[in-house]
Amino acid sequence: MSAHDKLLGLAARPKVAVHKFSSCDGCQLAFINDAVSLLELSTLVDIVHFAEAGPLDEFAEVDLAIIEGSVNTKHDIHRLEMIREKAKYVLCIGACAITGGIQALRNYQDEKGLLSWQEGVYPQRTDVIIAEDLPTAKPISAYVPVDFEIPGCPITSIQLVSAVRAILFGVEPEKNVDSVCVSCKHAGITCVMVAKGEPCLGPVTANGCEALCPSLGRGCYGCFGASKYANIKALKQQFRDMGLTEQQITHKFQFINSQDAGLQGE
Amino acid sequence: MSHYYFLPHQRIDDMLSALKSDGYKCVAPRYHDGSIGYDDLNKSSELPWGYHDAQAPGHYEVTKTEHKHAFGFTLPTTSVKPMLFKAKENVWKVARNDEGKLAFEPIVEFEKIAVFGVRPCDLRGIEIQDRVFMENSYNDVRYVKRRENQFLIAMNCTKSHSNCFCTALGDSPFADKGFDLAMTELNDEGFVVEVGSEKGRVLLDTLNLAAASGGQAQAALSRIEAAAEAQTKTLPPIKEVEAKLMANLEHPQWDDIASRCLSCGSCTQVCPTCFCHTERDEPNVLGTETNHTREWDSCFSIDHSYTHGDTYREDTKYRYRQWLTHKFSTWRDQFRTKGCVGCGRCVTWCPVKIDVVDEINAICK
Repeated sequence: MSAHDKLLGLAARPKVAVHKFSSCDGCQLAFINDAVSLLELSTLVDIVHFAEAGPLDEFAEVDLAIIEGSVNTKHDIHRLEMIREKAKYVLCIGACAITGGIQALRNYQDEKGLLSWQEGVYPQRTDVIIAEDLPTAKPISAYVPVDFEIPGCPITSIQLVSAVRAILFGVEPEKNVDSVCVSCKHAGITCVMVAKGEPCLGPVTANGCEALCPSLGRGCYGCFGASKYANIKALKQQFRDMGLTEQQITHKFQFINSQDAGLQGE
Repeated sequence: MSHYYFLPHQRIDDMLSALKSDGYKCVAPRYHDGSIGYDDLNKSSELPWGYHDAQAPGHYEVTKTEHKHAFGFTLPTTSVKPMLFKAKENVWKVARNDEGKLAFEPIVEFEKIAVFGVRPCDLRGIEIQDRVFMENSYNDVRYVKRRENQFLIAMNCTKSHSNCFCTALGDSPFADKGFDLAMTELNDEGFVVEVGSEKGRVLLDTLNLAAASGGQAQAALSRIEAAAEAQTKTLPPIKEVEAKLMANLEHPQWDDIASRCLSCGSCTQVCPTCFCHTERDEPNVLGTETNHTREWDSCFSIDHSYTHGDTYREDTKYRYRQWLTHKFSTWRDQFRTKGCVGCGRCVTWCPVKIDVVDEINAICK
């Protein structure tokens, strides 16, 4: 079904909920940081659940559930299924919800490794990760069907407001498919890889961040996930030519969006 | 009397003042954080004095020397294109009034800009884009206004970088037309200046410059010739390239390129002649009005070949082939000019060092 057909049934004044799973809350802040747009939006929709902003009604029937964060616990799965059941449409926001996010790096660790990470992060032993919980951090789409996604770590206010606006118009939110290189060139930013020898994921990463890191002289970290038709093999070869070790290259790709299918390759 | 004049370095500021009193904003190549690109110029001391650049495939480096010249580098990182055909701009907006009627408002923004230091290849880039945006059945009102309000001071090349290939296309690093003033820098002294338009003559008259000596004029020409001779890249005659590319659409080299190409679009975005663009609407939150924007697109973008329900160039191989064959072959059918000026930016700024000249030679062998 096309997005247009799918959205034909959207209520004239939709009910919206904003949910959080394992995440830093940075993507929800895209709403709160642009308070004027959020207030304007509230004249068009009813925001029934948004813990970060005030309203609480977690399992209310809604037209649109906006979900941030990844699924890490059995309790998460249960809650997610309830939310999905009560929502007509699900919009996932940010790297955690779409690819598992940075916490999905745990997927590469066994129990022992995870314990050593835990000891490295927390000053004393905690039960922050309980034995019965899931051994992986996974995206929302690994457990329930997702209608729309907007990538980023974090997403921007413009992305979020535009996506909701598009859904209200009954059309699919626009996807970022071009590379960060395009954003750099549009902004007149000198290529950090060519001019500074900085290894940069920009050529394989979807734009949408206005090339934030290259504008500050740093290589792209790949926060927005793979651009469409990313040639990972060619970029890895370039990193080798620049003198990066295989481990350094692996660390480049295993970061914000390590589970992104588009960022895999030799 | 020689038809060349001489502008000593000490008098650049007089020229800038004259341009400013004519209402022009001056723009010139300037050094910033490891690269030289166009920026606003208020005084001559802001020029990239002593800076040199080294360029190779996927490589760009700037070094500071003690030389007393402002144009000792080859090319700025960007061409003049972004001043005429902007990377992104609003072209119109539309609002719905209380009665539900749509009111459209065109947006045409321009300012008077004098560009101090345009390399001959970039001048040819403007000439090619004029054909696209002004001398075509389709006229872009913004481009036309900006061109009318532009003052171009060409700067002949006294050096070539290793990716330069204007001579391989039958051109030279010498500005032969399309400028208001053309200059050639002589080290430690100043510029030999030539008039290219009435606008240029009027400006020069206000400066009351002395004629260049025969020796200065000759030195300037020798320096340009040396820059031409320093270029090492070669191509078959352009007519042959145009024919052979189209006769080799299934050449195995296209697959070879596709294995290396990131399809990132950098080559098209730095190109002084690429003109493809896409349009978008940016509605306000309430959905009562929208900005209609136009921004640079690229034939390397997957959406670029999406036409009524299908993507025609799904593979990088076909996107690269589209770019190369358009630039070096079908451009002539479309606009009766070459599509490339040999500035070499697509080679320098390719993150994986793909050299367009090498690829053409491999296919035309």
